[in-house]
Amino acid sequence: MSVESQANLRLLSGNEAIARGAYEAGVTVAAAYPGTPSTEILESLADYDGVHAEWAPNEKVAVEVALGAAMAGARALAAMKHVGVNVAADPIFTASYTGVRGGLVIVTADDPEMHSSQNEQDNRHYAVAAKIPMLEPADSAETKAYTKLAFALSERFDTPVFLRTTTRIAHATGVVPLEAVEPPPIPPGFVEEPAKWVMLPVNARRRHVVVEERMRALRGFAETFEGNRIEWGDRSLGVVTAGVAYQYVREAFPNASILKLGMVHPLPDGLVREFAAGVQRLVVVEELDPVIETHVKAMGIRAEGKDRVPLLGELNTRVVRQAVSGEAPPLREPADVPPRPPNLCAGCPHRSLFFALNKCKVTVTGDIGCYTLSALPPLKSMDTCVCMGASIGNALGIEKALGPTARGKVVAVIGDSTFVHSGITGLINVVYNRGFSTVIILDNGTTAMTGAQDHPGTGKTLQAQPTHRLDLEALCRAVGVEHVYTVNPHDQAATEARLRRELARDAPSVIIARAPCVLLPEHRAENRPAFEVVAELCNGCKACGKLGCPAIEWIPLTPEEAVAAGKKATQKGIVRINRLLCDGCNLCPDVCKMRGIVEVGT
Amino acid sequence: MSLLRGGVFLAGVGGQGILLASEILGEAFLRSGYDVKKSEVHGMAQRGGAVTTHLRFGPRVYAPLIEPGTADLLIAFEKLEALRFLHFLKPGGTVLVNAQEIPPAPVSSGQARYPERIEERLREATPDVHVLDALGAALALHEVRAVNMVMTGAASHFLPLAEAKYLEALAARLPTRFVEVNTRAFRAGRALVVPPDAGRGGYADDGVPAHGGDR
Repeated sequence: MSVESQANLRLLSGNEAIARGAYEAGVTVAAAYPGTPSTEILESLADYDGVHAEWAPNEKVAVEVALGAAMAGARALAAMKHVGVNVAADPIFTASYTGVRGGLVIVTADDPEMHSSQNEQDNRHYAVAAKIPMLEPADSAETKAYTKLAFALSERFDTPVFLRTTTRIAHATGVVPLEAVEPPPIPPGFVEEPAKWVMLPVNARRRHVVVEERMRALRGFAETFEGNRIEWGDRSLGVVTAGVAYQYVREAFPNASILKLGMVHPLPDGLVREFAAGVQRLVVVEELDPVIETHVKAMGIRAEGKDRVPLLGELNTRVVRQAVSGEAPPLREPADVPPRPPNLCAGCPHRSLFFALNKCKVTVTGDIGCYTLSALPPLKSMDTCVCMGASIGNALGIEKALGPTARGKVVAVIGDSTFVHSGITGLINVVYNRGFSTVIILDNGTTAMTGAQDHPGTGKTLQAQPTHRLDLEALCRAVGVEHVYTVNPHDQAATEARLRRELARDAPSVIIARAPCVLLPEHRAENRPAFEVVAELCNGCKACGKLGCPAIEWIPLTPEEAVAAGKKATQKGIVRINRLLCDGCNLCPDVCKMRGIVEVGT
Repeated sequence: MSLLRGGVFLAGVGGQGILLASEILGEAFLRSGYDVKKSEVHGMAQRGGAVTTHLRFGPRVYAPLIEPGTADLLIAFEKLEALRFLHFLKPGGTVLVNAQEIPPAPVSSGQARYPERIEERLREATPDVHVLDALGAALALHEVRAVNMVMTGAASHFLPLAEAKYLEALAARLPTRFVEVNTRAFRAGRALVVPPDAGRGGYADDGVPAHGGDR
């Protein structure tokens, strides 16, 4: 390898590779709502000159913005996690009919194994349902190449193009060669063309014909696309595979014949037939659903697949080897050790809110965010969690089902970013349909779970430029909620009093629990107190343990150790506060009946 | 000299800087002419939970994940996490472990006990176990966040790369103002471990030449 070529090599994650590919393809507009494992695509794109990259309030708006840009001739990208496509499905399905002018690429980042998701849906089904071609790269280098290819295909076939990644592509890093930026081929400008852009039934009927013709043309393209390739090897085993699963197959069966599909919709029937005819045994290895397998079988080809390869969770080399050959080299048993589940941070304002809410003994409909972790012990404060914004509709539904007996018994809890994403319409519905729900907006001033991204309520753009700050209180009043109150959740007495008052109210109300996320730089820069346990006062009652704060540590004592520490022999342990973790939120001192938790140095 | 092939499994707790450590290692391999892949998980899994990175290097790397039972080197930033992911280590592989203990939630809340005899249990599994006080070394540099570079420095003894490559990687990946303290932390980590006998640490050698080869 020459020195110059090595100088152009970078280690990029799949997400960074998408951003780089979009930049090299001359993208000028990109929009997304943060969601694991897709978030870093827009964060990375924001660093490139000449790209307008923005956080949209939700994925539907992101796709609409990107489609608008494509209508105006720009190359545009919208990125989202798998469940984001559910939110954006409405514009996506009709964008399939309108087609594009500038290239439009929609990234769907799926999360097999649900590392950070509420379901494990396989978004290849969307490509089939929306009649949109889908590319699926197998590592970072391919991800960049396919991103660029997707824009070219989008313009050539007048269609949005899906680029599908999974967690092990998006958050895996590989070596990527950098290339120069190519100017996009289409000059900017919106050209009036109602038959293409105005999807009245009369026009849409004609466009549906175009869609079907396009899919036929794409099926032809799939046959010759170099990303769909046969790697002939030992013909006794032939594996059809795509995405990261290809890498596991390569490792597990280095000598097998492989049909590697870079385009998972539409599929190249001719190539599949050629491959199937050339091997003795045909196995389809794909993560999640049998999408390729079902297609292959519908062609009348005998193949093995989900009868061997797991349907649930992600694959790896060992799983693939075992599924296909039955071989599983012996393995050391994983050690039986205490789990280390994720937890709310020390000082998290959500903990303070839920601790107060737990005293009210109500049913809590929850939502998507860090605060969903409050469903775990010891807080166990959340009773439902379905999707972005569902908390408010769920609360009203429970109320309507139970009637007046539900008053004061149900509360919806939703984060600030999630509320803007898709809670506002639910709140309008509560007022419109004469509900009496109490909605708590946990306003920590950021989209915390995905790593602290800005949103319309923070008053800052993706590039941290100041912009209009959405006024949540005014918004809630404007939709007809008369009772809107803001509390500081770290003030337990005031928060609990407000909760009780609003829960009892026979009218809709909103409580905005406002305190910054502890991970925000401005919060971390503050000089904050730390707390400590006065060891002589601790009687080991574990009341503070009910907070689930990671800074509060239980130190078990044997009877001898207890006596030596000046305790009764029956005391099972004492509590210590980890100074490195304590954020000084001041929640635990009031929980201690012995008044044994004090500010350090007092 | 040929390009070797191997896997490094990094394990620890969210906030310990594992992702940066693996980035520096990956960059050092890239700068030494290797193909390299690494894989990690972001999002909810990171909130104070167990964090892992798979790093694989060689003349050509396919899968981004290390197959259980095949890692050449397990770098644990926390003692308990070494035990949790020990099944990823190949027979006779190397374990490098920070002596620091960070109790997980079930231990903090008194529902479970922090496992005892971790060092012995690791040594029962493999003779090649190295325990170091990376937190102490970082605190000595007045930079508690440098634990990751102390561990990286110690790990460098067990990887087939020149020291200069790690320092180049550090300078390339870190903002200028953090380079000096991290370089010191790297060197402190290197000094904490008795270098193993010269040799290749048991990495697979497919005889692929280090230069002139096609990636």
